[in-house]
Amino acid sequence: MTSSWQLNCPIQIPAETDCVTLAHGEGGRLSRKLIQERIISVLKNESLETAGDAARLPRVEGPLALTTDSFVVSPLFFPGGDIGSLAIYGTVNDLAVSGARPLWLTLSLIIEEGFPLLILDRVLQSLAEAALSTAVKIVAGDTKVVPRGTVDGLFINTAGVGELTEPVPPGPACLREGDELVVSGPIGQHGIAVLAAREQLQFDPLPHSDCGSLLKAVALLRGALGDRICCLRDATRGGVAAVLQEWAESSGLTLSIDERCVPVSSGVKGMSELLGLDPLHIANEGTMLIAVRQGAGPAAVSVLQTLSKTAEARVIGSVKARGVAAVTVKRTLGPEQPLHDPLGSPLPRIC
Amino acid sequence: MKYLDEYRDPAAAQVLLDEIRRVSTRCWTLMEVCGGQTHSLLRHGIAAELQGTVELIHGPGCPVCVTDQADIDFACQLAKRSDVMLTSFGDMLRVPGSQGSLLDARTRGGQVRIVYSPLDAVELARRQPEKQVVFFAVGFETTAPATALAVKQAAQYQLDNFSLIVSHVRVQPAMESLVESPDHRVQAFLAAGHVCTVMGYQSYDRFVARYQLPVIVTGFEPLDLLQGILAGIRQLEAGEAWLENCYSRAVQVAGNQSARDLVQEVYQVSDCRWRGFGLIASGGLSLREPWLRFDARARFAECGLPVILNSACRSFDVMTGQLKPPECPHFGKQCTPETPLGAPMVSSEGACAAYFRYAGV
Repeated sequence: MTSSWQLNCPIQIPAETDCVTLAHGEGGRLSRKLIQERIISVLKNESLETAGDAARLPRVEGPLALTTDSFVVSPLFFPGGDIGSLAIYGTVNDLAVSGARPLWLTLSLIIEEGFPLLILDRVLQSLAEAALSTAVKIVAGDTKVVPRGTVDGLFINTAGVGELTEPVPPGPACLREGDELVVSGPIGQHGIAVLAAREQLQFDPLPHSDCGSLLKAVALLRGALGDRICCLRDATRGGVAAVLQEWAESSGLTLSIDERCVPVSSGVKGMSELLGLDPLHIANEGTMLIAVRQGAGPAAVSVLQTLSKTAEARVIGSVKARGVAAVTVKRTLGPEQPLHDPLGSPLPRIC
Repeated sequence: MKYLDEYRDPAAAQVLLDEIRRVSTRCWTLMEVCGGQTHSLLRHGIAAELQGTVELIHGPGCPVCVTDQADIDFACQLAKRSDVMLTSFGDMLRVPGSQGSLLDARTRGGQVRIVYSPLDAVELARRQPEKQVVFFAVGFETTAPATALAVKQAAQYQLDNFSLIVSHVRVQPAMESLVESPDHRVQAFLAAGHVCTVMGYQSYDRFVARYQLPVIVTGFEPLDLLQGILAGIRQLEAGEAWLENCYSRAVQVAGNQSARDLVQEVYQVSDCRWRGFGLIASGGLSLREPWLRFDARARFAECGLPVILNSACRSFDVMTGQLKPPECPHFGKQCTPETPLGAPMVSSEGACAAYFRYAGV
């Protein structure tokens, strides 16, 4: 036997690559390497490091809230955010507006074969920073790699658990005539920013997404208004119009807003005019609607205006007895019109 | 927003509304030619404010609504081919053909892409030489210059995988066809400002002289519309009919010469089928001889389909001002934006869509 003997293995061991391969998702050495070196090292916490089949969580005193959301935004990076921070803020905000203090998140990544590892690193870094800033722990996760062409780059799912804190907002079914509607900031920023980035529309300045955490604003608001808050909701897909429709359906009342009171940035206003879109139908990612008891609207606005992110909060309308339409909007010259649910995604017009 | 809020000032609008009421001795019937004007009149509450003073009726000016169903069917048929990427403006995607819309074709696996400019479609063709990129070119004289530019650019790049379904229509022949009808109700026209921005308004001289109806070139913001309406009523009250430009901040008498030259170079005036109207003499544009190689109808001649017309939709009556959308027996019942019988319910400039969205409560 000489020292020159070599094992000639017929199975090719994949070399290091600069992109995600199917082998990264097959549970072997490359999978472990991806998870340990690229995911856990960035997200860093003891629950993830134990790498069990399920996260073991400490006892919680109060009742829990549980939510899940999937993020499939294109492009993955847009002015004001990216899919990583969005996946954290989206779920954290869902818990916050439900009256819960976010505690733990799970994270599932579905990655397209060929996805650049450097881009994955950037997304994970952003995700980790968003988790840190909102003090939530990612305690369990999953990674799948699927063949090229079956997903658009990267999809993320996060699920979140939070502890409900008193007084829990009772929800839209409790709305009654005279209650007031407040929006926390300018609307339509996220949808327009993503549309401009996706279609490479050359607007100057480029619109920025409002992607961000609502935790602080919700905490301040709940501290100041307590049980005068009826319901809160982050106005994501379908925008303000979709939230109002849902609330009107739950309450059986008419929700009426005045378009002139709704804050809209000049960039969003201009692009919406140009493309024939209604900002009330456009998605937000860090802007919420709040319904408060009669007379509490100005107090809610004052509290929100102490934070820079919600400095443009406004009372935009009120709750009325059910009329002909479930949701109405007063336009420029004052007529009240029905405000319908958006129909699918907004399509830009010809001219 | 600058150049927009000024034209939406409620106080200034009120002054004009009062003046219109003051000068009107009877209820006049004015037609807004453009669907964008219809939307603005309803969105801003002008139509409701002037009820009983002026009757505003809708004209044929929504290019999506009047696009022939055969063209939509052809586009859907092309979209189903694995070698074709069908591109168009967002508006066109929800309009029903006889066997569904382009969105339906996409759901069933067709490649359909929204573009914001026909030049984007040319760019797609450059980047994907293995695909035949077809642009569904819809619109009045407002969008024709951009598609003419796309054709020239495709020629410059020597692209043999780019073509157009040309469905451009011309607004004035439709207005002529409308007033030739003995039962038309129009007493004055608010002409479409966007079209005049490109084409100018000289050509309306002959129209006004022949039909003795006031034509007022009008914009789209509340104050533009109110000024146009006031000008029309002043003419009618004085028993006059002349051509007046109330949109001078955007429209010059000769329009945009370079855009007109571009259209002239690439297209020729041709007879055209309008949805609901039938064949309108000189009602459309088609490619001129040197550019015929970019005609998708010739390139994919085998994809033509027999047209199955949907007779339930009353869009012709709506687009000629004979029927207001809420008077249609299908409005809001069988026909909604989710289940449209015709294009006026789904187009962003459609009169039925305007009533569905903005009708008062």
